[in-house]
Amino acid sequence: MKQISQPVVKKDAAALLSGKPVYTDDLAMKDCLIIKLLRSPHAFAKIKKIDTSKALRIPGIEAIFTYEDVPNTRFTLAGQTYPELSPYDGKILENIVRYVGDEVAIIVGKDEMCCEQAKKLIQVEYEVYEPLLDFTKAIDNKIVVHPEDDYKYLVDIGNEVKRNIVSQGRDEAGDVEKELSLCDVVIERDYHTKANAQAMMETFRSYAYLDAYNRLNIVSSTQIPFHVRRIVANALELPKSKIRVIKPRIGGGFGAKQTACCEIFSAFVTWKLKKPSKIVYTREETFMASNSRHEMKMHVRVGAMKDGTICAIDLHTLSNTGAYGEHGPTTVGLSGHKSLPLYKLNASCFSYEVVYTNTMRAGAYRGYGATQGIFAVESAINELADALKMDPCELRLKNMVEEGDIMPQYYNETANSCTLKDCLLKAMELIDWKNKSLKTDLGDKVRGLGVALAMQGSGIANVDVGSVRIKLEDDGFYTLSIGATDMGTGCDTILAQMAAECLDCEVDQIVVQGVDTDSSPYDTGSYASSTTYVTGMAVVKACEQLKEKIVKEAALLMQTKEEELVFDGKMIRTLDENKAMSLNEFAYLCAAGGKGKMLMADDSHSSMVSPPPFMAGIAEVDVDKLTGEITMHDYVAVVDCGTVINTNLARVQVEGGIAQGIGMALLEDIVYDKNGRMIANSFMQYKLPTRKDVGEIRVDFMPSYEPTGPFGAKSIGEVVINTPSPAIASAVAHASGQYVRTLPITPEKVLGFKHED
Amino acid sequence: MKISLTVNGRKIQEDIQESMLLIDFLRSHGYTSVKRGCETSNCGLCTVLMDDHPILSCSMLAARADGHSIVTLEGAGKEAEAFAEFMAKEGAEQCGFCSPGLIMNVIAMKKELKNPTKEEIKQYLSGNLCRCSGYMSQMRAIEKYLQEESV
Repeated sequence: MKQISQPVVKKDAAALLSGKPVYTDDLAMKDCLIIKLLRSPHAFAKIKKIDTSKALRIPGIEAIFTYEDVPNTRFTLAGQTYPELSPYDGKILENIVRYVGDEVAIIVGKDEMCCEQAKKLIQVEYEVYEPLLDFTKAIDNKIVVHPEDDYKYLVDIGNEVKRNIVSQGRDEAGDVEKELSLCDVVIERDYHTKANAQAMMETFRSYAYLDAYNRLNIVSSTQIPFHVRRIVANALELPKSKIRVIKPRIGGGFGAKQTACCEIFSAFVTWKLKKPSKIVYTREETFMASNSRHEMKMHVRVGAMKDGTICAIDLHTLSNTGAYGEHGPTTVGLSGHKSLPLYKLNASCFSYEVVYTNTMRAGAYRGYGATQGIFAVESAINELADALKMDPCELRLKNMVEEGDIMPQYYNETANSCTLKDCLLKAMELIDWKNKSLKTDLGDKVRGLGVALAMQGSGIANVDVGSVRIKLEDDGFYTLSIGATDMGTGCDTILAQMAAECLDCEVDQIVVQGVDTDSSPYDTGSYASSTTYVTGMAVVKACEQLKEKIVKEAALLMQTKEEELVFDGKMIRTLDENKAMSLNEFAYLCAAGGKGKMLMADDSHSSMVSPPPFMAGIAEVDVDKLTGEITMHDYVAVVDCGTVINTNLARVQVEGGIAQGIGMALLEDIVYDKNGRMIANSFMQYKLPTRKDVGEIRVDFMPSYEPTGPFGAKSIGEVVINTPSPAIASAVAHASGQYVRTLPITPEKVLGFKHED
Repeated sequence: MKISLTVNGRKIQEDIQESMLLIDFLRSHGYTSVKRGCETSNCGLCTVLMDDHPILSCSMLAARADGHSIVTLEGAGKEAEAFAEFMAKEGAEQCGFCSPGLIMNVIAMKKELKNPTKEEIKQYLSGNLCRCSGYMSQMRAIEKYLQEESV
């Protein structure tokens, strides 16, 4: 293959690296009205009275909207395929506010300064309620976060809203209690992962304007343009045909932008005032009033025999969705369905509840629940290895899923492509596992080793749809229209590589466009690790069609039979080589009237399965004996993402995911005060790992071949964040003797100074 | 108030509001490579050079740039292009939002440090956050760039 498994430079690299104005705020018209939001200072309250008269007198203020001015419909901000699995529990503005940061009023003015002045002059009288902040006490609490009557959900998700339960369920494969009762050892532990901020460098932002057809155009930094179209239509009670969404370059997403946090405001303001408007969230707003990872508490029981045969795992997850249910019912599922299948088990059980509280809504963040579940299950497996005094890698090699295995907790799918064993063996080799002990005394510090496995999915089976259109243009180049949203990961380039491979041409010959819901073919969006796998397959199918069309049309133009022709990407020739035409000439003939016709092909793809990528990660960390300080020394990761499409970009995905995972493991923690106000709402308090915190990250691949994927590819984007937390926790435990089961693993917890919960 | 400064070699005289930050001044003049990632001087995205020294333009009043010379990525020329090529070859730019600030700081580092070690590079650039890359590919690009330049 010429274009696949190559380190092709990203198509937008030159523009991004020269600072070209290609992001949302760079493109917004200068005369946009500026939108600022007044946010609730209370975690739970009713707005009794709101007086905007003084604020409206500030020069430059154009309008101020309150709950009385907005449509009354409830909808969800979750970017999911309709009918969404998230409840319709929010409005643009409402007279009840459910967390500190919930929107109270929309302020519109000529610049930020007048909006900020006006914000201070809006007088709101609240009836303050006692908030529900502890998610372990949410079920059947006297405080009901959503008492309203017009609450609704479209799909049965086990919802009991008056008990604060968004969703609940249970999946059992085999008889777990019986299996556990037969085991020699049962490890029973509780693990707790925190809400983490996705913290993409570009905060939420969008702008809107009306076009010549009086349609609402929204330019947004989003992962889900087509879902934004529906969400805004729902919120504004408009037909979807009135709305167009454009996605320019995006400064990162990591799932955060799979929830349409800010688009409804610019859309509403522009629709109402018939003027362009723009909203840019501050970093503080992005922290305290958008969405985060779901905080989860997990109870795990792992049963095994003395020889290290793991027989059964029982996992219960309690997930905090915050004040609104975006992605609540779906993320929780991954905590079990993408952790338990890592092992061959006689029986397993996964049960869960997702609850409302008066904290910021949770949403999608890379890993989407799998990260949390894998921390719990892999930590329990590590504790089991230590209890059995077995090498944690050996324990895994004995029990892990292998190619051809049916995975009962993974919707009974078969692992058709899996090199997990090779991944672990390679990782052991890279770190020199066999010649190191789990604990090495270095004097002031102790070095520890820890390991973890991980899996994810590749798109959502039977739900995600990717479609593409490819056109042959008059100079013999191609334009590839996609609806998938490159958010910096490089999917525009990867999909162009696939098209170039199919069409036997250079990647430069494939022009890719950003997403415009009017002209791009439908795509559910870039989330759930779907783009390479799902949209990639659509590219392959469309390109195959186009090739057939080229040959068919050439046969007409060259007055020969299709079966006599060969197209090699550059030339179209007859088998006897008597007649030949370059693609260039052919394309001009197609464009010349009266001779041929312009050629294009389109196709869409949806997969009935979601083949998991797998990986193994090993952490080597140093723990200071006196201070408990943890330093990352080395991290090795070996990934099976099927065929690697772009060797550079896949590597950077892994390195980036591991760095985020290191942040989750050691640093990142969304903390609230006793009144429900988020304390960690800036990079001062919420520390992202810097280049000094991540140590060395070394990556390798053990490609399997996935028969249902394009060129054998599976996904890569999410699986890579899942190993650091359990691997590091175990390494720290080996070094210090302290198992930290509540993230992040801080020196205080390592030294036992801080009670974990 | 009136200020007078040079941006990328071009003289600008303007009446500005006293509270205006340098980042907003620069963006309003079309230098949109200058990005804002936080409001707390933590992310390094807004890094520009003032009289050849890296500064955070989000944490400086435009008034303080009066009489000084500012260079943004748009005006960083060949040096920036050379480093950018190494970044692109590693796929290190990813979403690209933090790239302008990083490039400006790498240019400053190259002037300031002679044959820096890996640890010195990490220290110098520790204020440039990146959420996409995990920093490894950036380091590969930086090392190759410095190596090339020293030949």
